[in-house]
Amino acid sequence: MSKYIPFRTKRDRISFFFDKKSIKYTSILIIVTLLLCLASTSLGQVLISPLEVIQILLGSGEGGNAYIVEILRLPRILIALFVGIGLAVSGAILQGMIRNPLASPDIIGITSGGSVAVVTFLTIFSNENDALTVSIHWQPVAAFIGAMVIGLIVYVLSLKSGTTPIRLVLIGIGLATLMDALTNLFMILGPIYRAADANLWLTGSVYGTNWDQVKVIIPAIVGLIILALLIARRINVQELGDELASGVGSHIQRDRLLFIVVSTALAGVSVSVAGGIGFVGLMAPHIARRLVGASYGALIPISALIGGILVVGADLIGRTLFLPIEVPAGVFTATIGAPYFIYLLFKK
Amino acid sequence: MLFQSHMSKGFGLVFSFILMLVCMGLSVVLGYTDTTIGDAITAFTTNNTQENAYIVIRNHRLPRALIATCVGASLGVAGVLMQALTRNPLASPGIFGVNAGASFFVVLAVSFSQTLPLGMLSWVSFIGAAFAAGLVYFIGALGKEGLTPVRLTLAGAAIAGLFSSFTQGILVLNEKALDEVLFWLAGSVQGRSMDDLVDIFPYILVAWILAFFISRHINILTMGEDVATGLGQKTAWIKALAGIIIVLLAGGSVAIAGPIGFIGIVVPHFARSLVGYDQRWLIPYCGVLGAVLLTAADISARYVIMPEEVPVGIMTAIIGTPFFIYIARKGLKST
Repeated sequence: MSKYIPFRTKRDRISFFFDKKSIKYTSILIIVTLLLCLASTSLGQVLISPLEVIQILLGSGEGGNAYIVEILRLPRILIALFVGIGLAVSGAILQGMIRNPLASPDIIGITSGGSVAVVTFLTIFSNENDALTVSIHWQPVAAFIGAMVIGLIVYVLSLKSGTTPIRLVLIGIGLATLMDALTNLFMILGPIYRAADANLWLTGSVYGTNWDQVKVIIPAIVGLIILALLIARRINVQELGDELASGVGSHIQRDRLLFIVVSTALAGVSVSVAGGIGFVGLMAPHIARRLVGASYGALIPISALIGGILVVGADLIGRTLFLPIEVPAGVFTATIGAPYFIYLLFKK
Repeated sequence: MLFQSHMSKGFGLVFSFILMLVCMGLSVVLGYTDTTIGDAITAFTTNNTQENAYIVIRNHRLPRALIATCVGASLGVAGVLMQALTRNPLASPGIFGVNAGASFFVVLAVSFSQTLPLGMLSWVSFIGAAFAAGLVYFIGALGKEGLTPVRLTLAGAAIAGLFSSFTQGILVLNEKALDEVLFWLAGSVQGRSMDDLVDIFPYILVAWILAFFISRHINILTMGEDVATGLGQKTAWIKALAGIIIVLLAGGSVAIAGPIGFIGIVVPHFARSLVGYDQRWLIPYCGVLGAVLLTAADISARYVIMPEEVPVGIMTAIIGTPFFIYIARKGLKST
């Protein structure tokens, strides 16, 4: 029995292999994700039985529980899921491009760029009474722009007859430090409760998200993921190393710019709603690689699902473990992520 | 390098030292409250505790100038030792996660106990700094490749990420603690009293002296582990001693002034362009130039958005980042 299932259109215009192993893992992970989301919808300060949740989702529920599920929990869980997916795929692309398993959007400064933009936004658009002069809905836009700008600055600064992966990482780390300093500056200049607002965002939390955000984030992430799947082949080639990749006819520098843009956009969208949820972009692709190997066609969907599971899980723990206090999801992803990072260094 | 002979290096050091004294003097005289050199001299020679200028100069500006000098010197020396030890031109307390570790421990202590005396906080931050530095070094050295610059930088960034995420998590749950530590977290030499310095100074002083004495051995160590062992050096001891010095200096600095980055990167590079690679000259140069840089940054921090002040840690980040990027672009070949 073959390892692959071939897929061909007429006259072989489009053809590719489905890896059986990755189909198996994808289906398992989809089931796990759905179960976790269901569990997360049921659990919380008010316990709602999974059966009732399903009834409500099918449209037959009513009363207080329906409100909790539809307005409070469901958008939050969807956001957590898609933020996780976005961060994981962003990390997967970066790791393939930089060829260093330790790269991730938070380490090379993309998340910090979003943070600076958010605190700047909160500072600039406040009047003397510390009320915001524009709608808070612009905050994600600011974060997205910040992340994109820093991503591009990192890329441009690392150019020097093309860019090398190592230079990209180092410059990212340097800029991240500067961004953190600027974030601190704006937090000090602003009033204290504003700093508390910004701080919650900086840690990374899906607290208080709503359907409007869901409507923005899902199409954006889905679109970018499709793009990522289309360029997966090129990442595979680039992983072979610069010489081999150019040897087989790949435009290394042009592709690298493309990867940066897609990866930064994914991280930017995720950061814009949920703030700096760390280490997901680092962990998810690694776990995925252990399951299905390094081929990006399979790696991207698997990392995406694992990323979603990580963030939904972290949010569930943060919401329920220390009731009635809510701990931001970012704290838990860091708690799992940092030891995992150390383990990776150990193993290599 | 600019200075070739021992004579010129000596003159350069004396000149830098004078520059440092000038900066300290300026730091005492300049600021929001208008004072002249005359006022400063009067403040030190007489005992007129009612005078406004007296209070500003003796109670605020003088401790501030002394703290900036000590912290700057310590960070400069810590930076050059770290770079020699790890053979990594980008090593410095900030990049190594030392600052993030100290910050986390301090925030943790503040949120658990509201009445902790400041003397205790210094110890807490010492422990945090040592813990983070040890962790990063240990993690970076794991595995077959050993301690390469990139691995070390990545390990530092990850540990810093972990600690700062914990710090923010605690601050989210405890807004009162946020209020108390926010200014400290940005790194500042303002609003510290003489006592803060006096508590820590003995450790820093010991570390300076030790650094000077092991400079000869560091020279040998930078030739490479194998060469150093071949020449009969007990490399493990020298490394451990240098590690302790770094923790004392970086931990002491962060305890007094909070996390101040980039001095440890910028100063050693500048000093190397003056006197080359001999650690016996580099270490004193880095100390004096570090003091000059931090005092100057602190003076400029008072003027940027007057009447408010920018924490000096932010000033050094703004000065230091372009420098860091320049080194990263130039390549990591040289130590």
